[in-house]
Amino acid sequence: MFEATQLNERNRRMQSLVRLLLLVMTVLLILPVLAILAIMVVKGGPAITLDFLLTEPTNGMTAGGILPALVGTVWLVSVALLASVPVGVAAAVYLSEYAPDNWLTRSINLAIINLAGVPSIVHALFGLGAFVLFFKFGTSILAASFTLAIMTLPVVIVSTRESLQAVPRAFREACWNMGATRWQTTRHVVLPNSISGILTGVILEVSRTAGETAPIMFTGAAFFLPFLPQSVFDQTMALSLHLFVISTQVPGVPEGMPYGVALVLVVLVLTMNAASIAFRMSLRRRKKW
Amino acid sequence: MFIIGIFVFVTREGLGFITSRLSLAEFFGSTAWRPTSNAHPSYGALALIVGTASVTGLAMLVSVPFSLGAALYISEFSRGRVAEILKILVELLAAIPSVVWGFIGLSVTNPLIIRVFDVPVGLCVLNAGVILGLMAAPIMTTLAEDALKAVPDAYREAAEALGATRWQIATRVVLPAAKNGLVAAVLLGVGRGFGETMAVLMASGHAINLPTSPFDSVRALTATIAAELGETAVGSEHYRALFTLGILLFVVTFGINLAADVMVRGVRRKA
Repeated sequence: MFEATQLNERNRRMQSLVRLLLLVMTVLLILPVLAILAIMVVKGGPAITLDFLLTEPTNGMTAGGILPALVGTVWLVSVALLASVPVGVAAAVYLSEYAPDNWLTRSINLAIINLAGVPSIVHALFGLGAFVLFFKFGTSILAASFTLAIMTLPVVIVSTRESLQAVPRAFREACWNMGATRWQTTRHVVLPNSISGILTGVILEVSRTAGETAPIMFTGAAFFLPFLPQSVFDQTMALSLHLFVISTQVPGVPEGMPYGVALVLVVLVLTMNAASIAFRMSLRRRKKW
Repeated sequence: MFIIGIFVFVTREGLGFITSRLSLAEFFGSTAWRPTSNAHPSYGALALIVGTASVTGLAMLVSVPFSLGAALYISEFSRGRVAEILKILVELLAAIPSVVWGFIGLSVTNPLIIRVFDVPVGLCVLNAGVILGLMAAPIMTTLAEDALKAVPDAYREAAEALGATRWQIATRVVLPAAKNGLVAAVLLGVGRGFGETMAVLMASGHAINLPTSPFDSVRALTATIAAELGETAVGSEHYRALFTLGILLFVVTFGINLAADVMVRGVRRKA
């Protein structure tokens, strides 16, 4: 009955050709990165020992470990989280549950999107101008963390708002019909139903914060500081800056060391991201509506 | 709120310089960025602007075709598990910190370029462009894929019912319908490349230069701020000049983001 004409044949050949071409492009996009990761594991893997993780750098940073940098990154990330998560979640709740759809809300939305696009070095200038000099925090963990917090605020706001909006409108309407106020609805129905989505965003933020370098260079991270920070007003080392320093500023670093630091950083960040993705997928599967 | 705050603070520091010392002709027309010269400090940002532009341009040349191709493949030619895995991979790639990319530029692609092209220094426009391209590609892929996904399935089904092959559907139906979203994705990629600091600082060679070939070293706006801010005295002319560069960056990326946003909005209104 149906016989393939020449035109059909040509279309079909064209189709498989294009399909192959696009597949090759996709693979070419992913392959170099996988190769690079492999190189990092091969060259950096041997450098990572328990000693490397748990001692301080010695001998002008050409030997020893990365403990202060590791601890410093943890400090920076946790203070940044403390600052940005409450503000971000509150802003998202306001935008999604309370804000009327008027020009003010729209311009706030626009500002958030644009904030996400501001280059990290401009954030560094801002952090220096505002926190270090204007509020007189000095170069400290506090100033650096606040800079990071402002930088990652859009991530928190957008992901929180998305997970709030994923809660079906019917849930809210049911609640209002029973006489609950807007806040009671938010507090008892919307937030509990979106908490895991919010957490996913927070995990993502952690990984973003841990990898940033430019914003902390001038606001609180030190090149070399062979002891652990005692309070938020101290300076600190950080993994990302440490990688920059030992790979560009310090001569005579054994080759494996920067690879090792890079590997630690990448594993840290990718684990966080993978966790967030896995979390999101199990969430989607569990969803009741 | 914050965005205004950022603008206010950055401008406040840079304003003194703009009003007192800056001549537009010098800033945009001269390639002599010599802020530390004792006798005649000069602040010509042209070489820095060209440096940023050349690196970003090359990065886009590398990454736009690949990311659009990959997005097309993921959204139109693969399905189920394969699409899911590819998407996750791309998302993970987007998460690698920029300082790690810079390090890769320094220690992996640098020797590679020296060996392959037989040039003395591998830290150049080519290196930074490729690194930046690899960095921007996952983001563009994700955004472009979202734009393709936003095209209603009914369009595809209608075309399929007319006997179109998948490729015909992609080129004649999906791509035109998703055009604005794709342009927005590319624009955001450009914005990202423009503002990228650490990777460019480490891979571009950081020499003030008007590049004539991809193997010349250049210096970018962002990298200049990052490298020099630590050495300037607060409030000095040099310090204010760096903030002026920051204002320039801020204004340009703001414009790009705004344009991308307008593009996306146009799509939504139509759909």
